[in-house]
Amino acid sequence: MTEPSATWLYAVASAADQDALSGVTGLAGEPVRVVEAAGLAAVVGTVPLGDFGEEPLRAHLDDLHWLEEAVRAHHRVIGAAARAGGVLPLRFATLYTDDDRVRALLTDRRAAFNEALERVAGRTEWGVKAYVDPRAFLPDPEDDATGGADDRPGTAYLLRRRSQRTGQETAHLRATERAEEIHATLTRLAAGTAEHPPQDTRLAEYEGWMVLNNSYLVPDLNTEEFAAAVTTLGERFPEVRLELSGPWPPYSFSGEG
Amino acid sequence: MSRPAPFNGAGRSIGAQRAPTGGEPANLADILERVLDKGIVIAGDIRINLLDIELLTIKIRLLIASVDRAREMGIDWWEHDPTLSSGRRDVLEENRRLRERLGELESARSAEREERPEAEQRRPARQQEPDLRQGPDLRQGPAPKEEEE
Repeated sequence: MTEPSATWLYAVASAADQDALSGVTGLAGEPVRVVEAAGLAAVVGTVPLGDFGEEPLRAHLDDLHWLEEAVRAHHRVIGAAARAGGVLPLRFATLYTDDDRVRALLTDRRAAFNEALERVAGRTEWGVKAYVDPRAFLPDPEDDATGGADDRPGTAYLLRRRSQRTGQETAHLRATERAEEIHATLTRLAAGTAEHPPQDTRLAEYEGWMVLNNSYLVPDLNTEEFAAAVTTLGERFPEVRLELSGPWPPYSFSGEG
Repeated sequence: MSRPAPFNGAGRSIGAQRAPTGGEPANLADILERVLDKGIVIAGDIRINLLDIELLTIKIRLLIASVDRAREMGIDWWEHDPTLSSGRRDVLEENRRLRERLGELESARSAEREERPEAEQRRPARQQEPDLRQGPDLRQGPAPKEEEE
């Protein structure tokens, strides 16, 4: 009668407010539910195995349009749950055969979940990215001793190329130092930091170098100070473009390590 | 500010170079690196190999948003790749092909950048020469994850 289904996990919280989740739908368009055990609450949805069994899911993951929708839906549910209180986001595609298995998980890992929930309580993840135009960090060309004394064009060309390459290395070093300075300032206001790899320009559409792509776990009391610090750093270093994103559920700080 | 209202990860630009972008949904790249790369990792009952997700991120980094720009660069292999629209293949096989493709893309890109005179080509190859357009380490995939349990 009913279609075979599985339970998709979105987040774990110390107590989830079912009201906060009313009207929220998940990956399969399903209403999101709360499953409770061991004093913890899991935010879950029932999804059909026809789409979310191992094989069909793997096939779906290759469909980038499907994936984008699914990833946004996963993020949307976690965001809705986070609005109601501290949550631990689950990595995309955490699936159990039924709700009982989820209850067993909550019971088995109760201590670790509680510890992680404590770590993120009253704190919020913010993302900061820094972009630079490498040209702003190139050494002054007049400093180069490549000289015009040698009038053989081949040699001049080689010298120029060498100077360009050294210039780029210098620019990279200088930009990285600036990024580290920014990171150090922001770290003082954060309870935790996490690094992401620089995003590919073809995915993220930006020019120049992304020299910083970090997440900061900021105590909610410091939120304004943190945002102000980003603004101040942006003003102090006009050659760097800073981008603040958030608030994020604590994706980057939910690991049990 | 009390607890911020919409937990959607929307971005905003700081500084004068770009108008603030508040209110927009979070950009896909930001969501992907968190949803696929972060979050608590628990082995559920239905196993989706994490390696697949990692390769997926790489694949997406290469593909999604700037399909047009990729086309300009002559990268259009997904258009001929049946696994990207429908059907499925053995995962190991697909991973192998994916790695090959990555290698091809990278060497194509290096070739594009490295127009050096012969004299210079004989110099020892430099690693990780910074590229004005791409920045450092972009070709590096996500670090290997430890799967729990």
